[in-house]
Amino acid sequence: MSEERHMIPVWFFVGILLFIYGLLIFVTGLAEWSHPPANTELAHLHAPVWWGAIMVVMGAVFVKLFRPGTKAK
Amino acid sequence: MIHFGVLLYALLEVPAAGESKIISLQPVDLAIIVIYFAAVLGIGFYLKKFAKRGEDFFVAGRGMTAWVAGLAFISANLGSLELLGWAGNAYQYGILAAHWYWVGAIPAMLFLALIMMPFYYICKTHSVPGYLELRYGNATSGLSAITFAVMTILMSGVNMYAMAVVMQVILGWNIHFSIWVSSLTVGIYVALGGLFSAIFNEVIQFFLIWLGALLIPILGLIESGGWSGMVAHIQQNFPGRDFTHMWGPMLHPSQNPMGVQWVAIVFGLGAVLSMGYWTTDFLVVQRVITAKDIRSAKTAPIIGAYFKMAVPFIVILPGLLGLAVLPYHLYPANVATAGQHTYDQVLPLMMARYLGPGLLGLGITALIAGFMSGMAGNISAFATVWTYDLYRPFIKKDATDRHYVAMGRWCTMIGLLISIGAAYIVTQFGSLMDYVQALFSFFIAPLFGTVIIGMLWKRATKKAGFWGLLAGITTAISTFALMRGHPERVAWFCFYAKAQPLAQQMWQALWAFVAVLVVSLLVTLATKPRPEAELRGLVMGLTEIPGEGHLPLVKRPVFWAAICFGVFLVLQWIFR
Repeated sequence: MSEERHMIPVWFFVGILLFIYGLLIFVTGLAEWSHPPANTELAHLHAPVWWGAIMVVMGAVFVKLFRPGTKAK
Repeated sequence: MIHFGVLLYALLEVPAAGESKIISLQPVDLAIIVIYFAAVLGIGFYLKKFAKRGEDFFVAGRGMTAWVAGLAFISANLGSLELLGWAGNAYQYGILAAHWYWVGAIPAMLFLALIMMPFYYICKTHSVPGYLELRYGNATSGLSAITFAVMTILMSGVNMYAMAVVMQVILGWNIHFSIWVSSLTVGIYVALGGLFSAIFNEVIQFFLIWLGALLIPILGLIESGGWSGMVAHIQQNFPGRDFTHMWGPMLHPSQNPMGVQWVAIVFGLGAVLSMGYWTTDFLVVQRVITAKDIRSAKTAPIIGAYFKMAVPFIVILPGLLGLAVLPYHLYPANVATAGQHTYDQVLPLMMARYLGPGLLGLGITALIAGFMSGMAGNISAFATVWTYDLYRPFIKKDATDRHYVAMGRWCTMIGLLISIGAAYIVTQFGSLMDYVQALFSFFIAPLFGTVIIGMLWKRATKKAGFWGLLAGITTAISTFALMRGHPERVAWFCFYAKAQPLAQQMWQALWAFVAVLVVSLLVTLATKPRPEAELRGLVMGLTEIPGEGHLPLVKRPVFWAAICFGVFLVLQWIFR
């Protein structure tokens, strides 16, 4: 993304969204840990917990690298 | 928040009782959807201040990095109907459907990057019809611009209706609510930020689609016991049928359910249809034109090609897994009875199978994002072509830049309203949908023929461009009409009487392309060539393309393109 006019890079917005979504999914996964949804296959693998955690980490990395005021990599 | 959730439920629910839906959403899923709408609108308002000049509004300031342009380029093609439709095709035809992602995309994307992009970029065109104006003049450009503008807006409406129907079937949402909320949101953020908004949303959509869909093949492979377990389950569920080989069943059309042989796949799909789509459909090319320099413009389609090669993992594999793990069979839409599911529903069925609350919201948001960014792509491309290729040359030549930007903003909203009108017309006359979708295919192959002749052959004349394009379009329409109206004539064009519509489309493209070549050649030989001085920067041999010899190997687009092509060949070998 061009930085000439100090536009916030799109990666920052991606990071914010991934972080928020990841957090929501992670917390939902934790909340249903002891009683996973009955009609979901492989619910015992607790996919929302680890998938949500991956998204939180990805989002945090994007936000850290591309937050306003940081030179785009 | 609770009141808002109740209100949202009330608006979304279809009043008709007894209508079964595939997926039920929980409050956390709705929250994820609402956050997405708020985010894209917020980004649209933020980007408004950056989209004041025509160069910003229509070509995003030509300041995008290769990664942003590349992801937008691939996302413009990663729409929701694409995902649902190709997953359904994978359930119906097996891994043959992956031809549309590999031989039907990768060579064309690399060809765009290495051969065609330098010409688009060096001549500083804002659109594909813009290139045709420089190369062949107003008549060819006008013909191409009018057909593109009309088709884009109609396609946008048809997709809008189709997606609203999908949302009704999958989620039980009200069809009018889906149409109006999604299209008005798109209209607002594109009118505010122009192509900046469209591209930002496409990059966001790219991540949502991958993160929303990637879990399905991962969990599906775990459940079925890996690739070999999946193949064993498929053979058990569908004895005697081959769903997991791409080239073996292509020796004769009777050996595969598509009724197609390798000649049509390689030449019809790989050499014409996909070349037409990936190199001359302005909707996708517009994304690459926004790159900040020529090396980024060449690299962007190559980045897109790597991801395109991986898309079958989230689209084709879920279809195959559906064959393996679903405890019931799916049917074609025109055969399915009440209580049975159709091929196109395989992706949502797999989502419902593996994704619980939260993840399901992410998956549905990915579908909504894909739909909305597809619409944004159509609308932003329409605004550019209308303003720069029709309004400026034919209606108001010498207006200020500010005037053209205002025109772009207005025609974004007007184009959207026409799309909504088209959606409601299709609601009344459902059979029109097939024809409107077919219309788009009439122009892809001829346009590619005209553009590529113009780029590679300096002798091609203005009249050859116009008459070649017109001959190609006429051939495509005639071939389609003859095959659709008289199915016994399918064998005339496809050399096989039972060729399915996808196979017919490949042959139709091939014949249209041949017509463009023949007519362009004949007209060129009969007309006077343009002076070479007028063709500099437009044609091979008369254009100085910056060399890359001074760059280290890893920074040269051709190096990454070669690796990409190698991986593509290996994939063909593995799944042969």
